[in-house]
Amino acid sequence: MVGTVYLQPEPSAPAFISVGSTVAEGDTLLIVEAMKTMNHIPAPKSGTIKRILVDDGDAVEFGSPLVIIE
Amino acid sequence: MPKIEKILIANRGEIALRVIRAAREMGIQSVAVHSTADSDAMHVRMADESVCIGPAPSPQSYLSIPAIIAACEITGAQAIHPGYGFLSENASFVQIVEDHGLTFIGPTAEHIRIMGDKITAKDTMKALGVPCVPGSDGGVPDVETALKIGEEFGYPVIIKATAGGGGKGMKVAKNATEMKSAFQTARAEGKANFGNDEVYIEKYLQKPRHIEIQVFGDGKGNAVHLGERDCSLQRRHQKVFEEAPGPVITPEERARIGKICADAVAKINYIGAGTIEFLYEDGEFYFIEMNTRLQVEHPVTEAIFGVDLVREQIRVAEGLPMSFTQDDLSINGAAIEVRINAERLPNFAPCPGKITQYHAPGGLGVRMDSALYDGYSIPPYYDSLIGKLIVHGRDRREALARLHRALGELIVDGVDTTVPLFSALLEEEDILTGNYDIHWLERWLDANLAEG
Repeated sequence: MVGTVYLQPEPSAPAFISVGSTVAEGDTLLIVEAMKTMNHIPAPKSGTIKRILVDDGDAVEFGSPLVIIE
Repeated sequence: MPKIEKILIANRGEIALRVIRAAREMGIQSVAVHSTADSDAMHVRMADESVCIGPAPSPQSYLSIPAIIAACEITGAQAIHPGYGFLSENASFVQIVEDHGLTFIGPTAEHIRIMGDKITAKDTMKALGVPCVPGSDGGVPDVETALKIGEEFGYPVIIKATAGGGGKGMKVAKNATEMKSAFQTARAEGKANFGNDEVYIEKYLQKPRHIEIQVFGDGKGNAVHLGERDCSLQRRHQKVFEEAPGPVITPEERARIGKICADAVAKINYIGAGTIEFLYEDGEFYFIEMNTRLQVEHPVTEAIFGVDLVREQIRVAEGLPMSFTQDDLSINGAAIEVRINAERLPNFAPCPGKITQYHAPGGLGVRMDSALYDGYSIPPYYDSLIGKLIVHGRDRREALARLHRALGELIVDGVDTTVPLFSALLEEEDILTGNYDIHWLERWLDANLAEG
């Protein structure tokens, strides 16, 4: 997915995830906006967020690592 | 239309470099897009910025409209140049580009749609006064109708899928006996390749040449022609050797057909580069199709007219006039292009792999458009064109000698290429005299390369 990253569902809302939080497979990690469409990026597996590799508003390209889940 | 400051090139290989070069000379920034297989490709290295848009298979990268539009959004590119192939003649892509407030460097979606459908294209051209091959008026519903048409035109006839291209969905029937199976095969191939089984029938010319007219319009009712290219040397409907001017076309024929073509595209307010392809036999031109894009072989036209067609495409996309009028255009000498493909003779099997050494020929009148470099690995996912060698001389004889010389300087080690084919062709009297038609190469290959 190519586009712009958003870490929260809307500007004033809290972030979907933070370092140390736990996620279940399928939970939304972040949003990538492409062509005015907000694409929710789901967690590929359950675990604990170790690192978030992108900042809010970053442009990402195909294959960019976004989040490390352990 | 605003000035374009940054162009995204929705393509790869030599044509992406071609656009980057034109943009850079105009002071315009360039954005390369690429698949994961092309991370080290030359267009990525040469562009000002690059965006990885997907995995190796082109449907998920170079054909992915959302990824390409998103790449424009994150880089701030205002315009997209599609190159040739991929999305270059996809009308809905053009529509989406425009709906996102971006500029498509090429014709309108409507013109692409009209010319992309072979029957509509032919009807449109006929109405604009362009000569066409005698053919069925529209789709042919069944074998019985097909047989009636065959009798009327006289065999051989060719059955073509309405949505076809690239040689798929085209079958020749030499007589009534062959009609049934040719008709059914063309239908089935149309269905399988393009999802549309409608076919039409045309008279099949015996030994025509492929002559195409380069046209260029400003979208405001002005258009010019830049003479013809003879691209008769083809294998399986793929061009391999192209030249301009055509060795048998007279100045009178050029002026006549050129004016017809320029007037036709002017009348429809065509914008940008286009090519109107004809079969040519016994002094007559028969329209085949119009390509609404820059073509692979555009450099031979650039060579003899001394113009930069990509620069002109960008100019008219910005709403500027063309930088020349018909009266400014005159032919200087002769040019030939050969397509260097990574293919192994005699079967032309694609031959991807690592280039251990690459050396481009140089010197007066030599142009090598290629994205190769030492150590580059040709990925197996895309087409096999790895370079175009274009030579220009004061006349055809000089161009041929220059081609011979330049082929001798070119080094592409590590993969098999079509270079030996061109060296062999330059030994042939028919090539040296320009005495060939669209069947010449297939016949020559059968006779000379069958045993490898």
